[in-house]
Amino acid sequence: MTTKILTARMEAHPEDSHTLARYESTGGYDALRKALAEMTPEQIVDSVKASNMRGRGGAGFPMGVKWGFLAPAEPRYLVINADESEPGTFKDRQLLERDPHQLLEGILISSYALGVDQAYVYIRGEYPKPARRLQRAIDEAYGAGLLGENILDSGFSLDVSIHLGGGAYICGEETALLNSLEGRRGEPRLKPPFPAVEGLYAKPTIVNNVESISNVPWMTLNGGDSYAAIGPERSSGTRLFSLSGHVKKPGNYEIVMGITWAELIYELGGGIRNDNALKAWIPGGASAPWLVPSEHLDTLVTIDDAAEQGTMLGSGAIVVMDETTNVVAAARNIVKFFAHESCGQCTPCREGTSWLDDILQRILDGQGRPEDIDLLLDVSDNISPGLAWPPAMTTICPLGPSATAPITSIMRWFRPEVEAMIPMSEVASA
Amino acid sequence: MSNPISHWSPANQERASRLLEAYPDRRSALMPLLYVASLEHRYASDDAMEEVAELTGITAAQVRSVATFYTMFKQAPVGEYLISVCTSISCHLLGGEDVLESVEEAAGVEHGSTGEDGLFSVEHVECIGACGGAPAVQVNYELIEGVMPDRAGALVGWLRDTKPDVVLADEMQQLFGGVRSFDWGPTEAEGAIRPVPAFAPYGSAREGR
Repeated sequence: MTTKILTARMEAHPEDSHTLARYESTGGYDALRKALAEMTPEQIVDSVKASNMRGRGGAGFPMGVKWGFLAPAEPRYLVINADESEPGTFKDRQLLERDPHQLLEGILISSYALGVDQAYVYIRGEYPKPARRLQRAIDEAYGAGLLGENILDSGFSLDVSIHLGGGAYICGEETALLNSLEGRRGEPRLKPPFPAVEGLYAKPTIVNNVESISNVPWMTLNGGDSYAAIGPERSSGTRLFSLSGHVKKPGNYEIVMGITWAELIYELGGGIRNDNALKAWIPGGASAPWLVPSEHLDTLVTIDDAAEQGTMLGSGAIVVMDETTNVVAAARNIVKFFAHESCGQCTPCREGTSWLDDILQRILDGQGRPEDIDLLLDVSDNISPGLAWPPAMTTICPLGPSATAPITSIMRWFRPEVEAMIPMSEVASA
Repeated sequence: MSNPISHWSPANQERASRLLEAYPDRRSALMPLLYVASLEHRYASDDAMEEVAELTGITAAQVRSVATFYTMFKQAPVGEYLISVCTSISCHLLGGEDVLESVEEAAGVEHGSTGEDGLFSVEHVECIGACGGAPAVQVNYELIEGVMPDRAGALVGWLRDTKPDVVLADEMQQLFGGVRSFDWGPTEAEGAIRPVPAFAPYGSAREGR
């Protein structure tokens, strides 16, 4: 329960956890020294595979499996996805600001394992402070011979560069990110080919999230097996959850998965503001279908349990809504987000998200029509046929289908409330 | 061929050269160069896009296609202080729209526009990763968390009165902020000198106060 891997240093040394001096005085770069002196690249890849860690960016794909797809052609690239933009998510920001050397050491070990000599960190443009903190860490590392040519006399060389984004959520999708890094519009690519075969500059590329890579030093020192032993079998390791909304104690919480939602919201989060009643919560970022207290408070916070309930832990962002929440306004807020962030390549997403936005706004304005309920569901069904989870895709990437999550959520859990807002509907008339 | 950026400041010319060499393909420098060009021109103007096109060896139309895709490359002149108010879900739940209204009123500028005196631009933005410190605001992309509507108005007044050369997140947070997403740790000396993300390799960060 109390295992801390990612946030231990920043909690113990809040005044200087981001500096090289503090990092090295608390065991930092020992994992790199071990990797370079005692381990082959294959052994590190095996360790990451053994950890069973599922990627922390949102898709939850096992990191070791992803690494296993890397094609042999050279050069190869490692790209760190620090485009944290899923509404509700602010964990990578903390890792970048408070322990940038932990990420950098993860990048070094991963690059050595993957045969990479150039890594890029793509940081969203709205994160200048995280970028400055990481840049200072990079400068310190070059100065100490931990980056550049022949690192620690091992023969291994690596350069790391930061690239700032331009304010586009879609660039968190890994192929959109690669296009953006190539100086193009951030439009997702058709897959296959996957980035591991043809990624940055059409070369084999691994794209991993900040939190995922920040775990690599610990795995390297302690073994992937030890990591796999933490928590439930298919939700191994600790995880940073971003808790926000109507809770008394918002923040990032590093926990071992497998506790209940009640524990997470009422114990870690301190309960609901003003001791109001809990109405619903989003368990994994704006893309995730919502959960409700009558059904889910005592269920477990694991990747598999979330899937069983027709939702996901996604990026680890939990947004809590209390009894005062207008769920139609909340759903419209999320739909509007996706409508704004749609890249426009695929018609169902480009048109569908705007339609959903318009219809919800009409209902909020008191101009809703009785047939709008069916229309919302029909438009959603055209974006993601069947309205199941994980969503069926009519589009290149999951952005459009994600926009249907708030629609299906309010229809499933709060339909009478939605109907009551439509003047001529039966519920409103009654 | 004449140097297309000979009228840029020497420091920005040097940054541009370094950015062009930082990638295997010079087109990758396009977005960083748009930031540098935005420092020179105050926004991604037609001239800025032409210059970036010459530097990267692609057409101005291709640069425009990229620049217009991203919200942070501004298509019209931006004020001295760009105030961005988050209205995505966590901020929405805690009053982000009220904060936006308060900022608009105090600045005398509607969101999506710039005041006539060129001091303020106001915009509402999608999630800026400060959800634990909602409602959140950025000034020239420097963050303030836990900003209540009345404090947001006071922030605007303070910017108008003091006109800081360098916008510092910690200073604004201390004066006008509240609950934060997490402990920020030690004070940052660097901040923004323009409505461009404050990042030293792009020339947009400087130490203040």
